[in-house]
Amino acid sequence: MHMLAILFRLAWRNLWRNHRRTLIMLMAIVLGTWAMIFMTALMRGMVTEVVRDGISALPGHVQVHHPEYRDDPSVANLIPVSDTELSARFSTAGFRQWATRVRVPAVITSEYDSRGVTLLGVDPAYERDLTFVDYDAVSGRFLESASDTGIVIGRKLAETLNTEVGKRIVLMSQDPENDIADRGFRVVGIFDANIQAFEENYVFAGKATTQKMLRIGDQVSEVVVLGDDYRDVEAEFNKTLQLVDGSVVVERWDDLDAYLGTMLGVMDGFVLVWVIVIFLALSFGLVNTLVMAVFERVREIGLMLALGMRPINILGQIIVESLLLLAIGLAIGTALSWASVQPIKDGIDISIVGEGLDMWGMSSVLYPELLLSDVILANVVVLILGFLASLSPAWRAANYEPIEAITKV
Amino acid sequence: MNLVFRLAWRNLWRQPRRTWLTTGAMVFSNMLLVFMISLQIGMYGLMIDNTLQAFTGHLQVQAPGYIDDQKMRQTVPDAVPLAESLREEIENVNVAARGTAFALVSSEERSYGIAVVGVEPAFEPGVSTIPGLVAEGRFLGDEDAAEIIIGAALARNLRVSLGDELTLLGSGRDGSFAAAVVNIVGIFDSGIADFDRSIAEIPIGLFQDVFYMNGSGHQVVINAGGIDGVAELQVRIESLLPAGQGLVVHDWDALQPGLQQAIKADISSAFFMYGILVILVAFSVLNTQLMSVLERTHEFGIVMSLGLTPGRLGRLVLLETAIMGLLGLVLGAILGGLVTYWFSVNGFAYPGMEELAAKFNLPSRFFPQVSPLTLLLGPAVVFLFTILAALYPALRLHRLHPVEAMRAV
Repeated sequence: MHMLAILFRLAWRNLWRNHRRTLIMLMAIVLGTWAMIFMTALMRGMVTEVVRDGISALPGHVQVHHPEYRDDPSVANLIPVSDTELSARFSTAGFRQWATRVRVPAVITSEYDSRGVTLLGVDPAYERDLTFVDYDAVSGRFLESASDTGIVIGRKLAETLNTEVGKRIVLMSQDPENDIADRGFRVVGIFDANIQAFEENYVFAGKATTQKMLRIGDQVSEVVVLGDDYRDVEAEFNKTLQLVDGSVVVERWDDLDAYLGTMLGVMDGFVLVWVIVIFLALSFGLVNTLVMAVFERVREIGLMLALGMRPINILGQIIVESLLLLAIGLAIGTALSWASVQPIKDGIDISIVGEGLDMWGMSSVLYPELLLSDVILANVVVLILGFLASLSPAWRAANYEPIEAITKV
Repeated sequence: MNLVFRLAWRNLWRQPRRTWLTTGAMVFSNMLLVFMISLQIGMYGLMIDNTLQAFTGHLQVQAPGYIDDQKMRQTVPDAVPLAESLREEIENVNVAARGTAFALVSSEERSYGIAVVGVEPAFEPGVSTIPGLVAEGRFLGDEDAAEIIIGAALARNLRVSLGDELTLLGSGRDGSFAAAVVNIVGIFDSGIADFDRSIAEIPIGLFQDVFYMNGSGHQVVINAGGIDGVAELQVRIESLLPAGQGLVVHDWDALQPGLQQAIKADISSAFFMYGILVILVAFSVLNTQLMSVLERTHEFGIVMSLGLTPGRLGRLVLLETAIMGLLGLVLGAILGGLVTYWFSVNGFAYPGMEELAAKFNLPSRFFPQVSPLTLLLGPAVVFLFTILAALYPALRLHRLHPVEAMRAV
């Protein structure tokens, strides 16, 4: 322990003998660390946003459907258990939030034009926070109950159909007997979504009204359950499995949307690659600095060896020097990245490239996400790899022949 | 010059390890940059081509406002003759007229709301990949035949196969009721279920009849083969349009605004990363050159007192750096080129990329393309920053006093 303290002091002093060199290296490490963590935070923020928006479009972390619904999302593939029965089971299970809904393709027609949309028959009391629609921001109003006879459509769709709050539109779909099922609705609200496709593709009507229009009695297309954290929905998944039988399938959000599911995995891989690439770029400079530091001190190291310092301590000293340098750089770099995330924590507007981000499924405000696990990953990877990189110069220093070393000019 | 060059060369190899480490940092970054930039440029090209060739085309003639609203009434009068005249006037481009309507498509069992596109059977294969994707049956033949081709996913959902009849229900250009019975003659499979489910094609003659188009269409699509020269082509087509109808020509950037911006967003985040990498290399060079100048203080003092000016010494230092930089550039470009070439033959894949790639009409395996641009762009920037980094050590020499310098150990 005593030896370590001495090594530490020696290493510290050695670092500042050539302060210019140490400072340049330090700057490089700080910049590298900052770039690792800051960039990762931005990327994480983007991915979270994509996944969150994606889930809000699906929506729900765990979903129950008829086995054939996914390939054929039509009125023919309803859940065989009645809505009343489902609701009774799910309401006692203690989920944070859940809802049953009808979800079928339909054609919406105004007096000017028609479009294909996805009709969501919902019970508004259960849907708050479950969808991408902010009830309070709807112009007009959102649905009031499951038997509300109005319809809520997106801003973009309203423009295309040339319609507005208070006007009537006609919805056309089919009933289970394949007869046309249609009904006139009054537009009661128009919602804005941060992704334009949502405004074009989804319309909301009361669940009971929809069931009546489609002549499906008390049946629904899906049950959706919302968990606390989208990264871990196993608990909700298992609980849901207990509530249903084999006549339906239960799926997690990442089964439902392979794109979103792989996004997270790819992101984790990318963070590691990025950290290692930056480290490799740094490592050349680091090894260089250490080699020079050893080279300059050949005589001194020889002297220490001649005076009886053991080679292992010389080795230790060089490694401590390297780790000390890295640790200071990492500390400052981490602090800096934390500080640079603070002012943009509430989101930065990147709408200059906004429409492009729409294509990636992102909204145009980016919320950087500084994860402790990423910070730890970056720091640990740099320290471990730094230790490995400093082994070679340290090894050389420890293996000098004292006499040769002292006499070297 | 020769003498200075020899001096610089020898100075570099006084510390071969340091020189190689510094060069190594450059080679590493250069290899990475060559590979990444080749990959990106190849990817963007594919992304643009695949997206545009699939359906959109490079240019479209439309009625003003159609691009935003896509209303039935916003038509291009005499679309087919217009396409014909453009085909005659301009060589080496493919031109075809289209009409687009939203309709409810019903089989015996099911109904779906989709986009029904009227196309010119003879010319559509030149502007879209859909005709080539017909997996069962054939593409449309006669201009007026009651025929339709639909996507594989839609066929599955509608429970229909080749030869079955479908009913189309929608509204015509004047808002009146439009209906037709058509025969399925072909089923296409693009591999993207959502796309296959959302679109069907019928001959344009039939389309104009059914939807009361009175000879008009909605778009004239131009496929220019590639994105080069699209701007000139756009001007040329604008001059060929019939006067007084207010028709407009949109280029691919306007038609698919997400595409260009998705690429821009990707480029800007990639360039941030490359920038960090280059700066880290610059730090490495700065460190090395500063060390090499400092350790030669004594020597520089002597040659300065012998009459060498600081300016010439500075040039010597810069020349040393330039040689080192060139070494890094050449080695990096060669090695990077080789690595990239290997991947351009064998393809590059990343776990999980398949799903992400499919979203952007990309294959699951990338073949980066090596070109002089991708080979030299990154390394040239690294070289530039290398020289910039050496400026400080070189300028520092002006502060050197020969007498003091000679006393330095």
